[in-house]
Amino acid sequence: MYPENFRYTKEHEWISLDGEIGTVGITDHAQKELGDIVYVDLPKVGSAVEKLKVLGSVESVKAVSEIFSPVSGEVVEVNTALAEAPEKLNQDPHGEAWLVKIKVRDPEEIKDLLSAVEYQQYIGA
Amino acid sequence: MEEADALKRTPLNGVHRALGARMVDFGGWEMPVQYSGILEEHRAVRSAVGLFDVSHMGEIEVRGPEALKLVQYAATNDASRLRVGQAQYSALLYEHGGFVDDILVHKVAEDHFFLCVNAANQEKDFEHIRSLNRWDCEVEFASPRYAQLALQGPRSQATLARLTRVDLSGIRYYWFTDGEVAGTPARIARTGYTGEDGFELYVAPEHAARLWRELMEAGAEFGIKPCGLGARNTLRLEAKMALYGHEIDATITPFEAGLGWIVKWEKGDFHGRAALEKQKAQGLRRTLAGFEMRGRGIARDGYEVLAGGVLAGWVTSGGPAPSLNKNIGLCYLPLEAAATGRTIHVVVRNQPVEAVIVPTPFYKRVKS
Repeated sequence: MYPENFRYTKEHEWISLDGEIGTVGITDHAQKELGDIVYVDLPKVGSAVEKLKVLGSVESVKAVSEIFSPVSGEVVEVNTALAEAPEKLNQDPHGEAWLVKIKVRDPEEIKDLLSAVEYQQYIGA
Repeated sequence: MEEADALKRTPLNGVHRALGARMVDFGGWEMPVQYSGILEEHRAVRSAVGLFDVSHMGEIEVRGPEALKLVQYAATNDASRLRVGQAQYSALLYEHGGFVDDILVHKVAEDHFFLCVNAANQEKDFEHIRSLNRWDCEVEFASPRYAQLALQGPRSQATLARLTRVDLSGIRYYWFTDGEVAGTPARIARTGYTGEDGFELYVAPEHAARLWRELMEAGAEFGIKPCGLGARNTLRLEAKMALYGHEIDATITPFEAGLGWIVKWEKGDFHGRAALEKQKAQGLRRTLAGFEMRGRGIARDGYEVLAGGVLAGWVTSGGPAPSLNKNIGLCYLPLEAAATGRTIHVVVRNQPVEAVIVPTPFYKRVKS
């Protein structure tokens, strides 16, 4: 359920690092907690993001929830398909429904994020 | 564990947990907000049938030879027009004209009225009505004697018909009858808070869990879904039904809320009348208006509303409208800014997002 090669935040985001590019999304636990997701607000390509600062937001029928960036860097790609099909975040949050790709400023930053095992302990899974 | 802080639970709490519902604190009650998902539950009610536990709602009974006089004085609508077996939407007001609560008044007998009131207001409502009781009526806080299930949607009659001999087609909208459902005495009212056809069933708490299970079985062939407060909210918002604490509260009058039709002048005096007459004479300053988002963004409760670039009001309820595939909301605005077709802006995370005033209700069922 929670890929071993991802790192996780306590705010329920994941990051998968490939070289200096990190792909970021929300976790399966987060989508379940939110319920039906109906709106996604993401930064523009070229935006600077800071670790654990607000990256964007997702909204379910009931509520707004902020997304925090797992790392600092620059947004190099945005999953624009989610604007038209935010429900994909409920269906495939660890795959097709990634949110943004970030050119990571310092790959060391992911070291203090949670491993898959630690994250599952954290959410009590 | 301190007892005083414990959330109140309905007789169906265990049923909800067994179904895997997500439970939330709603006005001091532990209630299911969703089971399978708000969108799916919402659609079940619009297209088939859904079952809600609304046992948190309160019940107050007024009895006595002069029961009508107390109801007429305490509530704004004209209860003298009710026949036995008929119900009406009404309001309890403070002397200054603001809402104590919005309520349903059922006429059980010439000397007996049954009031359904909001969960979080029930003790306040009871004290309010008692304080106005100059007629020596018996006013009973009856909530502990009732559980309430709401069966809502176009297939609700077909579902309920499997469990009762009562001629349901003979119960018109906003009428009720006392009968048996699944062998249990029940008050069967053709009322609801979803904008669909449906029934609200009042039963003794000890029968609630069995009735729930029987209704779920009876509705299985129609695709019945257990529905939580999340869907109840999206459904009532599409139908522009007021929610206390959002569209109405102690600072809002019925005229401002677009509920002037539940104020009947010709019936005589009622509590709050003088304040409403004054407001009527002076003219309304603000009114409740419905809007659709034009720009990208979802309006949420409490967001600011700009008219002509100036702060003009606030969103009372907002969110997605699953039946319309739009993002909608209700807001208070000065009259001139609230005309249909006017452009307004809702402030979403510090960004003004365009919206337009539209006629309400947003959703109206096609009557068969």
